[in-house]
Amino acid sequence: MPAATLWQRELLRFWRQKSRVLGVVASPLVFWLLIGYGSNDLARFYSGALVLTVMFSAIFSTISIIEDRREGFLLSMLVSPAPRTSMVLGKILGSATLAWIQGLIFLAFAPLAGVSIRPLELVVVAAAILLISFTLTGLGFVIAWRMESTSGFHAIMNLLLVPMWMVSGSLFPMATAHGWVKAIMWINPLTYSIALLNHTLHLPNAAPGALASLVVTAAFGLVLLAASGLMASQKATHSAA
Amino acid sequence: MIQVENLTHTYGGRKALAGVSFEVRKGEIFGLLGPNGGGKSTLFRILSTMMVPTSGRASIAGHDVVKEAAAVRRQVGVVFQTQSLDKALTVDENLRAQGHLHGLSGALLTERIERAVERLGLADRRKDLVETLSGGLRRRVEIAKALLHRPLVLLMDEASTGLDPAARRDLSRHVENLRDNEGVTILLTSHILEEADRCDRLVLLHQGAVVAEGSPGELRARIGGDVVVLESGEAESLAGRIAERFGLPATAMDGRVRVEISNGHRFIAEVVEAFPGAVESVGLHKPTLEDVFVRETGAILE
Repeated sequence: MPAATLWQRELLRFWRQKSRVLGVVASPLVFWLLIGYGSNDLARFYSGALVLTVMFSAIFSTISIIEDRREGFLLSMLVSPAPRTSMVLGKILGSATLAWIQGLIFLAFAPLAGVSIRPLELVVVAAAILLISFTLTGLGFVIAWRMESTSGFHAIMNLLLVPMWMVSGSLFPMATAHGWVKAIMWINPLTYSIALLNHTLHLPNAAPGALASLVVTAAFGLVLLAASGLMASQKATHSAA
Repeated sequence: MIQVENLTHTYGGRKALAGVSFEVRKGEIFGLLGPNGGGKSTLFRILSTMMVPTSGRASIAGHDVVKEAAAVRRQVGVVFQTQSLDKALTVDENLRAQGHLHGLSGALLTERIERAVERLGLADRRKDLVETLSGGLRRRVEIAKALLHRPLVLLMDEASTGLDPAARRDLSRHVENLRDNEGVTILLTSHILEEADRCDRLVLLHQGAVVAEGSPGELRARIGGDVVVLESGEAESLAGRIAERFGLPATAMDGRVRVEISNGHRFIAEVVEAFPGAVESVGLHKPTLEDVFVRETGAILE
């Protein structure tokens, strides 16, 4: 039940700060429209932009852990008998739900990319976005938990997350990439998330294969979830809060 | 109710606690008084199970804070120095979420919330967003939140920081009510004299060690009579001359000479006459906890 409470809290907060939705969806949307119309190929950049939306949302909600733990609701969680794992689960469930909702909002623009989705396919696409939301939220959590200040997080955003997104097939396909970039793309878990979307949306550049994309994305998500739980259960000998 | 035995803690190479021991009895308001950096916050973090001490033991209601952290968390309500409320939620929503963290729900939780808001005079603010409340009201919501699971012990870290004197007195009154009507044991940290004076007993902490322990009255009684404070441009030399002439221990600090003496008013007349021109202003007061702190540590409190 503590997990459900935390989940509900995230949604309530989000609902009361609706301008956040605009902020998160707007920048990938503008980005996508500019590159898409500029290169006259909206379809090619669609999945990448959708993943960017989910990533922004996931990262922004997990960043709040840093502040929340020093001055905020997380403090009382740390001294409550509720198990740490349920805290982690609640936070990740909440943040992932928000990321998912924003991904779905972005999905409404799919017709611009020439994608038409039948009702049954919509379920599959929504499920894929949900899986990606979980994975990226887990990534955000693992990074944010150990961080002392939000300023460090911005450096990680610019030096790790954005480059990671750039070499994930979001901007250029794997097939035409140079050797070492191609190698990075192979080991980049995000490559598989974008391929997964391309598969479910029937968009081009859907490499690696559908099954590999699904398995790698899910496995990456599970590893991050487990790591989050482990990290949060460790006892502090320093001022964690 | 709370036992602290020889507790030490080091951050890297810096010693924050150097063998602290004391005991808090059931149903009392116990204060940890000391300057910032004296070890109060470290002690608070250890007692609230947020941090593991380097060595020593501490237990609350018979449970070890390290080995039985979960049991301790059930018996302890914590009020933090910083805000632990979600500003985007209402008072009610904050309390409800807190109740869930402690496994409370349904009619029981509703009843507990009603009682807590009643007790802390928040009944008409339940539907308000926390961000619209004043600092004093927020502190009261924090306390209401900490009491929902009916803890035996309430730990409060610098709870009155940032409050104006009226809000601070109001907070003290609420805390005293808890002790008197609910039998809650309260441990609070403070660097504010007025607040420490309202404790039943307290320890003075300085550089990670207990320098004095007792009730405010007992501690003040260590200083017989009055405290005379003389402001002087040449405090050091004046202190020396007073010691020589009157055979009294006089300490110079920050351009002031402090003397503890039983008949302060008579001494003032004598000292001003003895050293004409050396004294710029004169003050006389009954001993305060600050005086006790200065006497025990040679340092000032704030």
